[in-house]
Amino acid sequence: MTTNNVSTSNRRRFIQQSAAAGAITLGFPVVGGAQPAAIKIGVLHPVTGALAYSGQQCREGALMAIEDVNKAGGIKSLGGAKLDALLGDAQSQPQVGAAEVEKMNEAGVAAVLGAYASAICLATTQAAAKSNLPHVVDVGVADTIVERGLKNTFRFGPGYGACARVAMANLFALNAAAGKPAKTVMIIHEESLFGTGTGTLLARELPGFGFTVVEVVKHANPTRDFNNIVLRMKALNPDVVIPANYYNEYALLVRTMQQQKVAPKAIYSVLGGAASSYKFVKEFPDAANGIIDCNHWFNPKDKRALELRKRVEAKGLFFTYEIFNTYTAMMYLADALGRARSTERGAVIEALSSSTFADHFMPYGATKMANGQNTGAQPLMTQVLGGDIKVVVPREYRQADASFPMKG
Amino acid sequence: MFDFSILFPSLLNGLTTGAVYALVALGLTLIYGVLHIINFAHGAALMLALYGVYVLRTRFGIDPYLALPVMVAGMFVFGYALQRVVINRASHGKDENILLVTLGLSIVMENAALLVFKSDTRSIETPYTLTTVAIGPAMIALPKIVAFFGSLVVAGVLLWVVQRTDLGRAIRAVAKEKQGARLMGIDVAHVYALSYGIGLACLGAAACFLLPAFYVNPQVGSGFVLVSFTIVVLGGMGSFAGALLGGFLVGIVESLGGLFLGDSLGQVGIYLIFIAVLLFRPQGLFGDRV
Amino acid sequence: MSGARADALGIAAFVLVVACAAFALGSNVALTFVMMALYATLMAQAWNLLGGFGGQFSFGHALFFGTGAYVQAIAQVSGGINAWAALPLAVGAAGVVGLLIGALAFRYGLKGSYFALVTLAFAEVFRILALSLGFTGGGVGMMLPLRASATNLQFASPRGYVLMLLGFVTLALAVTAWLRHSRFGASLQAVRDNEDAARALGIAPFRVKLIATVLSGAFMGAAGAFYVQAFQYIDPAIAFGATTSVEALLGAIVGGMGTLWGPVLGALALHALAELTRNLFGALPGINMVIYGSVLVLIVMFMPRGIAGLGVALRWTRRDCLGGAREHDRERTKGQP
Repeated sequence: MTTNNVSTSNRRRFIQQSAAAGAITLGFPVVGGAQPAAIKIGVLHPVTGALAYSGQQCREGALMAIEDVNKAGGIKSLGGAKLDALLGDAQSQPQVGAAEVEKMNEAGVAAVLGAYASAICLATTQAAAKSNLPHVVDVGVADTIVERGLKNTFRFGPGYGACARVAMANLFALNAAAGKPAKTVMIIHEESLFGTGTGTLLARELPGFGFTVVEVVKHANPTRDFNNIVLRMKALNPDVVIPANYYNEYALLVRTMQQQKVAPKAIYSVLGGAASSYKFVKEFPDAANGIIDCNHWFNPKDKRALELRKRVEAKGLFFTYEIFNTYTAMMYLADALGRARSTERGAVIEALSSSTFADHFMPYGATKMANGQNTGAQPLMTQVLGGDIKVVVPREYRQADASFPMKG
Repeated sequence: MFDFSILFPSLLNGLTTGAVYALVALGLTLIYGVLHIINFAHGAALMLALYGVYVLRTRFGIDPYLALPVMVAGMFVFGYALQRVVINRASHGKDENILLVTLGLSIVMENAALLVFKSDTRSIETPYTLTTVAIGPAMIALPKIVAFFGSLVVAGVLLWVVQRTDLGRAIRAVAKEKQGARLMGIDVAHVYALSYGIGLACLGAAACFLLPAFYVNPQVGSGFVLVSFTIVVLGGMGSFAGALLGGFLVGIVESLGGLFLGDSLGQVGIYLIFIAVLLFRPQGLFGDRV
Repeated sequence: MSGARADALGIAAFVLVVACAAFALGSNVALTFVMMALYATLMAQAWNLLGGFGGQFSFGHALFFGTGAYVQAIAQVSGGINAWAALPLAVGAAGVVGLLIGALAFRYGLKGSYFALVTLAFAEVFRILALSLGFTGGGVGMMLPLRASATNLQFASPRGYVLMLLGFVTLALAVTAWLRHSRFGASLQAVRDNEDAARALGIAPFRVKLIATVLSGAFMGAAGAFYVQAFQYIDPAIAFGATTSVEALLGAIVGGMGTLWGPVLGALALHALAELTRNLFGALPGINMVIYGSVLVLIVMFMPRGIAGLGVALRWTRRDCLGGAREHDRERTKGQP
């Protein structure tokens, strides 16, 4: 009985493959039957350890992108080759990430996508550079990642320098439009790479925009209690509070402010961990109301983003920046593979570098890489209005007018 | 530099935060006092307790404070089983092995929680989460005030159990002289497991008081480990009054340190105190003279 | 002494095997595995010097690691010093920190759990300071410019790092062997087993423990310097964090404390275990660590003397007696700091 099935399927396979072989030799496109070898893509994120949540969200975004690319027929210029994810866990430690890159390299991946955290990205991009393995950075906002002259490293999204500058310019603009009610700011940042980098930059350049920085508060990761910081806020009474930290601390800070009835003219975050987070808005609608954020965001007018959001939420997940950043970064990579018409590393790097990829739902326009950084990448200003996150600046993506200063 | 309206609330905040630290440290000091082991799994156990409170609240609608008896009993059973079945069996009585076992257990617990609950941070909403009570110029969150009194109650109960009950007498005997206690007919393994269970039961109580003002995710426990060690040493290993007062002290130092030095550098105050105590008064505030 | 000769031969064989592997292996993955295993070994050996032979358990060995790492980084980035020249500075600085902390701790008679906790506290203090001080780069950390060349102590292939680590590991093996067969080593182990009795014999426990701490710190600092050279980045969490401290003591204890090959075996076993479990069930993150933690508990349950201790019954009855005496003492002095 089984032998019958086996020999039948064997025969079927043989016929299929011969037909395919015949078709190829005759120059026909292969339909069904034999497929070109799948292209392996290294998907490397910290899915365990301190950064597990973000790492897992990133991985989800990458896998959904691969799924979509494959569903649309794979990489057409390579005969419809499908993408195959080689999953790696950086365990929230740079050296583990680097070791994983080596493994992916030897497994013959065409490129690596990862690794969420800046510190890990620094190590993984370098490890990849040693074998000229193309490495697309999905989030990793430290500017040093793309400032080392590594030819294999490409970041699709913006770094914290760009985000901070956009935020400052927009704060100035919003303030000016409202008649300059805000003069003093208080910066609250977390103590590691992203927070310190962002906070230091803001503290240095905000005075140039006419603001007085009354205090820069650096807090630990994790911080269990924000009462002290909120007390100082009460005493200093800044017009604008600028947090730059991760989700847990951001949420705790804002909730504490709500509890202590501290209400500045604006909570204006730069890469705020919870500021433009559907999870935060859903769980703490009152505390979240009115918060402005300058952060990674998708084009709200692009249907594809809204569809992806629906699919993500149907899985019981929140549509966070980790997902859509990594999703679009993978799309950028897939596009480059298509244009390279090859999985040879030099060709892929060349394609990534000269990419003009515009068929995406991020507000970046056509891709233009300079030294591994997509110069078109920009954050968007969002504000939590009426229980939803709406884009307020710039005009071409605006969904609502900013409410500055915050009312109520 | 700071006027009263800032210092006073900061002090009170430190006190109430310290109360939660004390609750965590009470269990740890009992475990150290009796079993003479530094329980590396303490933070992970707190995390599991927090998830327990979370599940009771979100699945069964039980208010965290009402869940106290369930959590205390549940964590006690869990701790008893863990010590009796795993730790005792695995360690063969050697210090360094107990260390490794509790370390291994903490890894297992943290990642089991990661598997089951995923990495999302979860918090609960209760009608009193945002309520504050005005004490002078300070506005203290209600859950924190409840935690403060809760810690006093738990410490009191522990003291009563250890000083006034037969069980307590057995525990003290084993802590002081294990072989002698065994000769008197005390089942040392049972007492060890009971002590470990009580230690984790304290964490159950701590979780009930902590979650309303905080959150839970698989890594949340590790942030409490060092602080609770500090308190245990400061208060005196094995002393409940010491753990309580040590908790308050550490909370206040953390709070005032944060106020004056900034919240990142301010943490250093706790450890400097820790080192000073270790060097100059290793028995802590209330421990027996070394 | 035949014991010393056996050790020397063993070490020579080890060096030969690893060196051959370094040149024979072509796969970067395999070389990286060897590199990280040697890295874990070096840290375990460093810990073993103080913990296994000296009987002083340190929970904050990252203190020395971070010192070595930061000095290595700062010397190059801020001081413009060549990497090779920075190396002795890094190792020396870590040794000096060992001297200071050891002097402080032993002067005040800290033992057992108290010593362990004070090292932990110092590691935390250094971590917090590193976050706040300017010259360490604060929270941003320090990045070494990527310039792969042997003169820079940066290698394009893991092979170079394997050889670098092999050098340190061999040195650590030599020091460990020396501890096993020298008068100083005997004094150290005597202090470990019963400090009062040792003092009665005329040994100066303070001096002996201090030297062990300096050696232990120095080797740990070398591991830190390696990390910076291999990954070109250091920040306070990596430098002084608990993960590094734990990795050091895990390898030594699992492998067998107070032995020559214990740290080597333990580090290798744990590293292999981590590699095996890491991507085992890729779709279910966390399961790998559950397995890792469970195996750790099982190892302790069934190999209480560590992996090296499995060979106890077969040879070295002298060490068996020592081990037994140590166990008895531990039981008796438990709870007394």
